[in-house]
Amino acid sequence: MNDAFSELLAGVIRWFGDPAHWSGAGSIPAHTLKHVFYMLISTVIGALIALPIGIGLGHSGRGGLLAINITNIGRAVPSFGVIIFVFLLVGYGLVPVIVALVALAIPPMVTNSYVGMREVDPAVRQASKALGMTGWQRLTRVELPIAMPLIMAGVRTSAVQVMSTATLAAYVGLGGLGRYLIDGLQLRDMAQVLVGAILVALLAIVTELLLALLQRLVTARGLRGRQGSAE
Amino acid sequence: MNWRWIASNLDTIRDALIQHVQLTGLALLFGFLIAFPLALLAIRWPRLYTPSLALTGVLFTVPSLALFILLMPFTGLSMATSLIGLTIYTLLILFRNIVQGLRGVAPDVREAARALGYSRARQLFGVELPIALPVIVAGIRIAAVTIIGMVTVTALIGQGGLGRLFITGFTLDFTTPLVVGFVLSVALAVAVDLLLVALLYWLTPWQRGVRG
Repeated sequence: MNDAFSELLAGVIRWFGDPAHWSGAGSIPAHTLKHVFYMLISTVIGALIALPIGIGLGHSGRGGLLAINITNIGRAVPSFGVIIFVFLLVGYGLVPVIVALVALAIPPMVTNSYVGMREVDPAVRQASKALGMTGWQRLTRVELPIAMPLIMAGVRTSAVQVMSTATLAAYVGLGGLGRYLIDGLQLRDMAQVLVGAILVALLAIVTELLLALLQRLVTARGLRGRQGSAE
Repeated sequence: MNWRWIASNLDTIRDALIQHVQLTGLALLFGFLIAFPLALLAIRWPRLYTPSLALTGVLFTVPSLALFILLMPFTGLSMATSLIGLTIYTLLILFRNIVQGLRGVAPDVREAARALGYSRARQLFGVELPIALPVIVAGIRIAAVTIIGMVTVTALIGQGGLGRLFITGFTLDFTTPLVVGFVLSVALAVAVDLLLVALLYWLTPWQRGVRG
């Protein structure tokens, strides 16, 4: 291992060890909390918009072409460009950036909840109808529980994507862990940049694991073991 | 839109587009060259499947900018950093779809090939791979479109393809380069996607009329 590399490693360790980086406004805990806040608020608002649409379309069986293709369209849109575009149009503001993050969070949740609802076995649907259940009962007691693993898979995909894009949004001024990456790149402070990258990577992995756990918890016991994603 | 800027910067735009195509193409190529043997190993030894999927899944979870930066101590601000990072992102999608595609081959088809005296390699390339193509190409399509969007992020570490135009727009506080980069990036994604659909259609004549 060469000198520059071990020097850098020492710098990263020093950075983590400095008590000044552990309390106050620009500290690691403060940036992490902000990052989690952006992720939560964008994913929750996105879910409040996307899930009723996806579930409604899936329940009625209409609008499938849109529901399925919206994720493909969303994938082709470079989120980095969206963030800068919003910045150029309205200047920096927390609200415009969050609106952009919400918009990017919607497509995977619409598609996954639609597919989850469509994949409910028609025989099960008919059985619940034959039992005399009302439309609302069939939706909440039969179809939603069966679709839950895929609905949650969509939420997971969106949350991880929002976390990634929130990191990029530091480029136009958003707070959070992305600050370390963007500011460090600007200052050519590689130790700070690496610290930021390590923290962002860990936060994303922890989020993914927590959401996987949540996905398991909200899945009916009889359905566990058949989780997946409709990506 | 400032058309004069576009007219006087055609060279810049062309270079950005070429780099975008290069990075995307090479990442897909290397991704496939790694994912294909990995998929064959995972099919031969099923115990490898879950750990491989978990590893590529974790790498896929890491936000793109963070992943690129974590590679920088090894490869610096070079094209290699972008390329390695982008390749890593293709692995999950390609690996998953290659395994799914090859596993979807009906057992009696496999047995028929063996009964006809096909060698293992000929059975794989002559029978199983063609049957698995629709699922594999579906994976390549998702990977390609995802990577085309992600290339723009590498502008922050000195590469970027069309993403460079985003940075230009940001620096000059000027929307024209941004719109040009954005439109070309989306158009490239759509074009590559359609190209792959056409390629699949051409490669699988027996599928025509079976599926829409």
